[in-house]
Amino acid sequence: MPKNLPKTDVVIVGMGAAGGVAALPLTNAGLKVIGLEAGGWLSPRDFAPDELRNGARNWPQAVQKAATEAPTVRATSNDKAVQGGHPMMNAVGGTTMHYWAQSWRLNPWDFTVVSATRKRYGADRIPVGSTVEDWPFGYEELEPFYEKVEYSVGISGQAGNVKGSINKAGNIFEGERQNEYPMRPLRSSPFTELMGDAARKLDWNPFQGPAAITSELYDGRPPCQYHGFCNKGGCHVQAKSSTAFTTIPKAIDSGNLDVVTFARVTNIVTDNNGKVTGVDYVKGSESFFQPADVVLMASYAYENVRLLQLSKSRAFPNGLVNNSGQVGRHYLSHHQGSPVLALFPNDLRNWYGLPAQGVAIDDWADDNFDHADMDFIGGANLWVHTDRKPMSAAKMSTFGRVRNWGSDWKKFIMENADRANTAYLQKTTLPYEDNYLDLDPIVKDPMGFPVTRITAYYHDNEKKVTAFSQERMEEWYREAGAIEIVRTGLGNAMGASTHAYGGTRMGDNSETNVVDRWGFAHEAPNLGILGASVMGTSGSRNPTLTVQALSWRTAEYLVNNWRSIVG
Amino acid sequence: MARKNPNKNNDKHVTDQSIDSSRRNLLKSAGIVGAVAMGTGGASNVIAQDSAARNSPSSPITREALEVLTAEEAETLEAICDCLIPSDENGPGAYEARAVHYIDRALSSHNKSVRENYMVSLEAINRYSKITRGKAFPALIKDHQNSILLAVQSNKVVGCAPSGSEFFNMVRSHTIDGTFCDPYYGGNQNFVGWDMVQYPGIRLSASETDVAQGADLAPNHQSAYDHETYTKMASNIEMTNRGGGKNA
Repeated sequence: MPKNLPKTDVVIVGMGAAGGVAALPLTNAGLKVIGLEAGGWLSPRDFAPDELRNGARNWPQAVQKAATEAPTVRATSNDKAVQGGHPMMNAVGGTTMHYWAQSWRLNPWDFTVVSATRKRYGADRIPVGSTVEDWPFGYEELEPFYEKVEYSVGISGQAGNVKGSINKAGNIFEGERQNEYPMRPLRSSPFTELMGDAARKLDWNPFQGPAAITSELYDGRPPCQYHGFCNKGGCHVQAKSSTAFTTIPKAIDSGNLDVVTFARVTNIVTDNNGKVTGVDYVKGSESFFQPADVVLMASYAYENVRLLQLSKSRAFPNGLVNNSGQVGRHYLSHHQGSPVLALFPNDLRNWYGLPAQGVAIDDWADDNFDHADMDFIGGANLWVHTDRKPMSAAKMSTFGRVRNWGSDWKKFIMENADRANTAYLQKTTLPYEDNYLDLDPIVKDPMGFPVTRITAYYHDNEKKVTAFSQERMEEWYREAGAIEIVRTGLGNAMGASTHAYGGTRMGDNSETNVVDRWGFAHEAPNLGILGASVMGTSGSRNPTLTVQALSWRTAEYLVNNWRSIVG
Repeated sequence: MARKNPNKNNDKHVTDQSIDSSRRNLLKSAGIVGAVAMGTGGASNVIAQDSAARNSPSSPITREALEVLTAEEAETLEAICDCLIPSDENGPGAYEARAVHYIDRALSSHNKSVRENYMVSLEAINRYSKITRGKAFPALIKDHQNSILLAVQSNKVVGCAPSGSEFFNMVRSHTIDGTFCDPYYGGNQNFVGWDMVQYPGIRLSASETDVAQGADLAPNHQSAYDHETYTKMASNIEMTNRGGGKNA
């Protein structure tokens, strides 16, 4: 029998990007919060600039809980599901420790894909088989929470639309903001200037993207040192605005947050009336039951869904809050693959760049251009950045110029190691009827619980967006002087992704959505769900800032409606 | 001696000389293996040649043990690595970087699961070499070695695991890792890999001036673990993680 612990007001499952933000407004309001985290604390001493360890060997996530429960993947129900890797990590701060830290607001169109498309192009333009819905609210509703997060964790960037005033140095397509970013954007580099100039020659609108990285002294943390080991690495000076260095320490300082590390949550417990009463977790060889008035699930999308599916009870025989059969539906992993590669005739000077130091083009994203003559909806944010490291440089494409080994190859990489670039294209991805998450019938984690099975593939709309965005990207590279271009495949199965959405979608209709417009389950009002698993559309940009804004909003709603939620 | 970046080194004489002598060492080593594999070399002869090679002033080999590979496997792999990233007129390659030393160490730790693939495939490659060319792989001339590797790459060498092309891609990847990784892991000795691609080295801070210099920035030749912060001797460094002491 698990050991019963004293009851707390709120238990948060996962102290990462989402849970790490939600803890702050809750504890500031005086609620007692326990944060259960599967990983431990990491410090700047752990973040050595080591490409082999971080990039190739995937430290530290390769040895963690997430790695032992990597989902299996298949394109359709006719295929065999094969277990791959898990791209996320467990730690206080979660994947905000080692992510690229691009921190975008969604475009207003992403909240209203269905109604805006119908209105502008007609109802028949929603792709067949897609289960996409409008969000239950628009961009304006989330705007104040975007701002709270931008200022609390520390985001650098250039605003493009403050109260309707357009600044061409920023993203002119962004939704209206009430205020500037708290910090100026990260600095430019010879390469970002080259690409920015090329974009302007094409009459496009280049700008420095927003990042959860300090560009100046902020809240006691020093500015970015541009040494370039952000990718799968934490920051050695805490310039990356991970929740582990921002909101979580503040919540701990309030005296109202206890973080329990190395805690594996195995079950969300409910009573016979369907009310959530707490969570079971295992730490080492001990089992515990942590009772709470409210449970907030803040694992990654796969684990949020899996925990619900594993938590079966008399009130919820098919998994927690799944009497509607909606848990695991409307899944999508962001189409962020299928890059374009370019070779330039001169050194790009990218050895000390980072993934978030780059130039963005939003002209071909979302509905920022006319789709009347297109055979798809949505688009892509085009992104080029400055990250270059020796091992990955040596593994670069040879652009068909030489065999990939031997003397000629060696000569090729000696000349070209700093002359190649890979574009990052984030493309609108929609949910479909036949893309979903369930429990794998065969593969289990070390504790004996089934892992998640992803059944999903990119449909025609995603492939058309991909082909279109690759064409635009090639145009941009050519304008900047690229001498060779490689376009990669358009994508097929959706593998386990760092941008996974859906599975517990948010919406007013309880027959097609798991949580309500505030993030609380339609079927269990004292269960809140945080993370991209509540998002119904991807947009064409990184999800973390939206996840964090939604988490803050859910937490604030809980504070303001405590009595009615606890019941 | 061979560590200078050939792209930055105007003293061509020095570079060429050091490459020549390392080439000689390599061929010597290869000859030894050939002899052992063919069953014609006496043990004392092997030791004598071996120590001669190691005492040569330009040899990059210092205190190098085999933790996993057998001597014959290591010599075969050494010859393969030298085909993949050759020591040639453009400067040092996988040999000087000690890619084999890296791979050997990795096979006892992170790459443990593919140890058997190396065992089986290296044997298959030597068998194929003897059948088609009459000698073990390391004893062949470079052209013949290259043509055998092409045969491995195109799945024409029976017995490679899991397949010729997969084994080839894995060895290529590991050879690159061993040539361009942080020297802590036993490869990229004397920073020859980083110099090869004109990577100016790990810096804890890169200024705009550093970046603007590109390949003209002088290489600093430091491992990540030359920095006090990351070596685990640094227990005196105060943890700045505010939550670190409050672990529940």
